[in-house]
Amino acid sequence: MGLAGAMHQGLMEVDGLRLSFGGLAALDGVTFAVAPGRITALIGPNGAGKTTLFNAVSGLVRPHAGSVRLEGEEILGLKPEQITARGMVRSFQIARGFPKLSVFEHLMLYGQDQPGENWTAALLGTAAARRREQALAEQALAVARRLKLSHVIDNQVTALSGGQKKLLEIGRTLMAEPRLMLLDEPAAGVNPTLAEEIGDLLRAIVAEGRTILLVEHDMALIERISDHVVVMAAGRTLAEGSFAQVRDNAAVQDAYLGGAR
Amino acid sequence: MVSYVVFLLVVAGIYALLAQSLCLAWGVTGLVNLGLAGFFAIGAYASATLTKWGGAPVPVGLLAAMLAGAVAGFVVCVSTLRLRDDYLAIVTLGFAEAVRVVASNEIWLTGGTDGISGIPAGLPRDWGQGFHLAALGIVTAILGLVWFALRRLVASPWGRALRAVREDQIVAAVAGKRVTRLKAEAFAIAAAIAALAGALYGHYTSYIAPEIFQPLITIYVFLAVTAGGNGRPTGAAIGAYLLIAFLEATRFAAEILPGVSAVQAAALREASVGVVLILLLRLRPRGLFPERNQKAPA
Repeated sequence: MGLAGAMHQGLMEVDGLRLSFGGLAALDGVTFAVAPGRITALIGPNGAGKTTLFNAVSGLVRPHAGSVRLEGEEILGLKPEQITARGMVRSFQIARGFPKLSVFEHLMLYGQDQPGENWTAALLGTAAARRREQALAEQALAVARRLKLSHVIDNQVTALSGGQKKLLEIGRTLMAEPRLMLLDEPAAGVNPTLAEEIGDLLRAIVAEGRTILLVEHDMALIERISDHVVVMAAGRTLAEGSFAQVRDNAAVQDAYLGGAR
Repeated sequence: MVSYVVFLLVVAGIYALLAQSLCLAWGVTGLVNLGLAGFFAIGAYASATLTKWGGAPVPVGLLAAMLAGAVAGFVVCVSTLRLRDDYLAIVTLGFAEAVRVVASNEIWLTGGTDGISGIPAGLPRDWGQGFHLAALGIVTAILGLVWFALRRLVASPWGRALRAVREDQIVAAVAGKRVTRLKAEAFAIAAAIAALAGALYGHYTSYIAPEIFQPLITIYVFLAVTAGGNGRPTGAAIGAYLLIAFLEATRFAAEILPGVSAVQAAALREASVGVVLILLLRLRPRGLFPERNQKAPA
């Protein structure tokens, strides 16, 4: 489908992705593109395959067929760390993390290209490792300030509130300097005020030249912040367009309301 | 009495080295290595055979032991990549038993169940007390070096990545860490440290045999590391010294107890270790020296 790829001009292009667990097709040929410099929202009823899609494109599970291209290069089959190194970083739905690590360590850990992660350089304490550590620490402090996590930066993550965990999830993704951020329900379970703040934060991140693909159930938030909406149902792309377009689409309404005609 | 204390300090230093090994593999990286005694044995045999029959100087034997330990650790780790937690524990336990069985049966190499005696120490044994003091100095200095290096490693970005692997491998991979490589490095380095401890043990006591490398050694080191703080090299080392001190102290305490037979006293000693560990973990759940988090610069 070289023609379709050329037509999409996406930062990321997902084409005909298929993955089944036993007899159940979790992804059944899902196809869409993520345009650069925008917020694309991926919506769909529970079980539509959104999280599975995230797992597939981030290298955690291996689809049976299809392709995922990042800036035109195939990334299907790469390991999660290789995909992160290429500038696509995902977050997790249930603030999944490292219980015994502090907020600061979470942020530092997402820093890429740290030569001190080589054990010999770590043992010798090379200048390159120290310089990189300093630069990352400054970046981590800046991210923490931006996300209002400065006062809890040395706390272990288990001591954070639900909202702070959500913010940290975004913050550590940012630390990897991604071009494309895949955010899995970045505002789920937080109070409306914080959800609004998270929405503003995501707009600001995109304004800095990054691209976001997010899965979210908060329709008010999606309407407010997204440039483009992709609707998934039963492992396929059901519709795409502006929020208003997909809201008025009869097939989308059917999928959400259980197909009552 | 002095020679008894010196002997105990050497043995405790060797246990402390084993504790450094376990601190790295299990405490920091989360790899449950129940095969510690196996790596200990590999180091002891590697250095003993090379120095006694190969005529190599003791320092070369020590280096060869570390290399043998690292290779064995790498092989065990890579062959168990898909295993975690209980499963890795079972395989490593099996590995240690296999080492013991091989050592008992490959008589041409290991002397079989008779073991290897007359292992050179690199120091004249006829120095008497001086020999033991010199050995104490060497073992303690080596422990200090290993402790210093390990502390540096644990506090480094490499150590931070290992701790992330321990907590959640998948998130660590998404954070850009090469999980398999990190685990193999940590496990191999830890195995090299355990092997070094084994080599030192052989040179000091001059005699090794398969029956010495019992799983109980591994269990004792787990106790020491748990009590001291499993993610902190300092805690692991102090835990080992405390364990030896406690085990020896109970030996005297059991003799003083009236109306207790020797068999009962031995059982009481074992039980008291358990009681103390439970009490300690009630009071200090993360050990005497809990793992440190990297502080943000002010």
